[in-house]
Amino acid sequence: MANMTLTKTPMPEQDPKVRARNFKEVALGYTEEQAVEEANRCLGCKNPKCVEGCPVNVRIPEFIKKIQERDFKAAYEIVTSTNALPALSGRVCPQESQCECKCVRGIKGEAVAIGRLERFVADWYRENVNAMPEKTESNGIKVAVVGSGPAGLTASAELAKKGYEVTMFEALHTAGGVLVYGIPEFRLPKAIVANEVKKLEAQGVEVMTNMVIGRVLTIDELFEMGYKAVFVGSGAGLPMFMNIPGEALKGVMSANEYLTRTNLMKAYTEEADTPIIKSKAVAVVGGGNVAMDAARCAMRLGAEHVYVVYRRGEAEMPARLEEKHHAKEEGIEFKTLCNPIEIIGDENGRVCGMKCIRMELGEPDASGRRRPIEVPGSEFVLEVDTVIMSLGTSPNPLIRSTTPGLETNRKGCLIVNENEMTTREGVFAGGDAVTGAATVILAMGAGKKGAAAIDEYLKK
Amino acid sequence: MFKIVTKKELNANVTLMEIEAPFVAKKARAGQFIIFRIDEQGERVPLTIAGYDREKGTVSIIFQKVGFSTNALGKLNEGDYIRDFVGPLGKPTPVEGKKKVCVVGGGVGCAIALPSAQAFKEAGAEVTVIVGFRNKDIVILEDEFRACADHMHLMTDDGSYGEQGFVTVKLQQLLEAGEQFDEVLAIGPVPMMKFVCKTTEPFGVHTSVSLNPVMVDGTGMCGGCRVTVGGETKFACVDGPEFDGHKVDFAELMSRNVTYREREAEVSATHACRMETMGKALIK
Repeated sequence: MANMTLTKTPMPEQDPKVRARNFKEVALGYTEEQAVEEANRCLGCKNPKCVEGCPVNVRIPEFIKKIQERDFKAAYEIVTSTNALPALSGRVCPQESQCECKCVRGIKGEAVAIGRLERFVADWYRENVNAMPEKTESNGIKVAVVGSGPAGLTASAELAKKGYEVTMFEALHTAGGVLVYGIPEFRLPKAIVANEVKKLEAQGVEVMTNMVIGRVLTIDELFEMGYKAVFVGSGAGLPMFMNIPGEALKGVMSANEYLTRTNLMKAYTEEADTPIIKSKAVAVVGGGNVAMDAARCAMRLGAEHVYVVYRRGEAEMPARLEEKHHAKEEGIEFKTLCNPIEIIGDENGRVCGMKCIRMELGEPDASGRRRPIEVPGSEFVLEVDTVIMSLGTSPNPLIRSTTPGLETNRKGCLIVNENEMTTREGVFAGGDAVTGAATVILAMGAGKKGAAAIDEYLKK
Repeated sequence: MFKIVTKKELNANVTLMEIEAPFVAKKARAGQFIIFRIDEQGERVPLTIAGYDREKGTVSIIFQKVGFSTNALGKLNEGDYIRDFVGPLGKPTPVEGKKKVCVVGGGVGCAIALPSAQAFKEAGAEVTVIVGFRNKDIVILEDEFRACADHMHLMTDDGSYGEQGFVTVKLQQLLEAGEQFDEVLAIGPVPMMKFVCKTTEPFGVHTSVSLNPVMVDGTGMCGGCRVTVGGETKFACVDGPEFDGHKVDFAELMSRNVTYREREAEVSATHACRMETMGKALIK
């Protein structure tokens, strides 16, 4: 019996006041009953638009049907036939601009909560079955995967499934890339990422941490070592700054640094040796998911005031709807149409304020968004002791500078052809290293495509 | 896990360790650095490489016990293991094409000046070494420097050994006497490097300095190690760690380097408590 309620079945969440001061997961996930109730909102369209909206084309109505039938294991199997990492994408995908924005239920009312259902299925399987995948019989062909973020994890899983002997190289001390250093525990528990890595190992993937490709081994040396193809999923790179006065003051850092200290190095725990600034008032500059993560971490680390400073309006912010919503619920103050022009320091070189100017929106620019213009004479000072720059990144130079023949575009992103192959024979790439900073799901899609392309290439 | 193969106290506060890390040893070159992490709770600490043995597969590090992690590392012994050891990171010292160089080392910075001096020598340069220490008791690596230097000058602040005076005094003398260096490489405390640059500037001698700013990942991701060089933002981990000293904004570097110093003092206090509670729990 279809559930014709116009709104999504609410997902239980930690109370905003409580969760704003802890690092436990915010959204608690559906119970079986809630999942079935929400699944019943799906009309099972014959021509499902949602599938087209998904970068990895999850067979959405089919897995939802299995939830309706309470066959959660079958639902999981359908999801994982096209998406290796549903516990991750169910949590961090911008569903509102992908699958869910195509849902017919969204025409009048809210779309089916596809993301929540995907998460439910993945969590149910992990908690109730968690069978480690079988190792496919080896075809004896070695493939190297550089980076263990969403692109690398997906590529490794797909290649291992096809029988390749995969080695996944990670530069940091823990596998997972941005899923570990960037996205906070309260949005994506690290145990879930670790479980995905464990599954890869069960599939026979060798995971090597502390391996900075481009330094300890070059791409050419990987070929010399017998790898027949390389997938580069090295992710985004160096953080960008604004080049305004005061950015070198103590208390100014990139969101990457703030998040790495907090998440990878666990600076929020008593036991961790890595220090983090204890802030009273924090300004996070930027409007993406990374900015929301940094702001919400700052709140959890004890700040009294956390501001998100963004030069366009709230509607133009690229962050997921849910992240903006959660951030506001947790008391984060949005200063939109507002741009920093100077960071002010005290006599000890520590941040004590940030001078901003108000903006208004003009005509649409090349990106299609309305261009922000300064309002003359509208400067004001925001009293903060910490400024976190979340303005995006520029690609890491280590691989391109040590691999002859590997071409990049003007921005430094690796150039790939329609088969995900770079300008070097046998070297494939995907994720942020190719696109510049984008989403987890796009990187997963690229990892999947890259693996398929490598398979094609090696079969020749 | 990475094994500590040898441990040697070079002076009361400075320790040398050889770490078994074959991948790093195979690629390491003078001027590059590694990052170590003692255990699961440990912070990532960058240290410039003090030497390597490609055949044995070991990398040497020399460190002064100044912070929480270096003190903890100093307590470990031969045969113990550390959790992580990653490298080589950063760019090596460019040694090619230099005919006459002067390597200036200050204090524990001498540990990392040595492999660069050796590399210059191997590349065929005439190498002058000026090393400076506060006093006789903390002199390190004297024999090693003498072995690779064509001209060696050992300075102590108090004159208790070698010649009395700062390294800059000797450098000034040499430059005034008409020594023509293609390159001066200064490695040591930030003020020392800054004054070496001040000394060489009027003579127009290209001067490189090896920087050790705040760093987390060391692979070009966090941006903590940014320094201003010639008005541009550079990242020590991928663009450095060596930079043109005449262009480095030393005041900014010195200010940023103490970002976590106050915090470090707090941490040592809480760690003492933590170890105390752990000890008590064990006794129970």
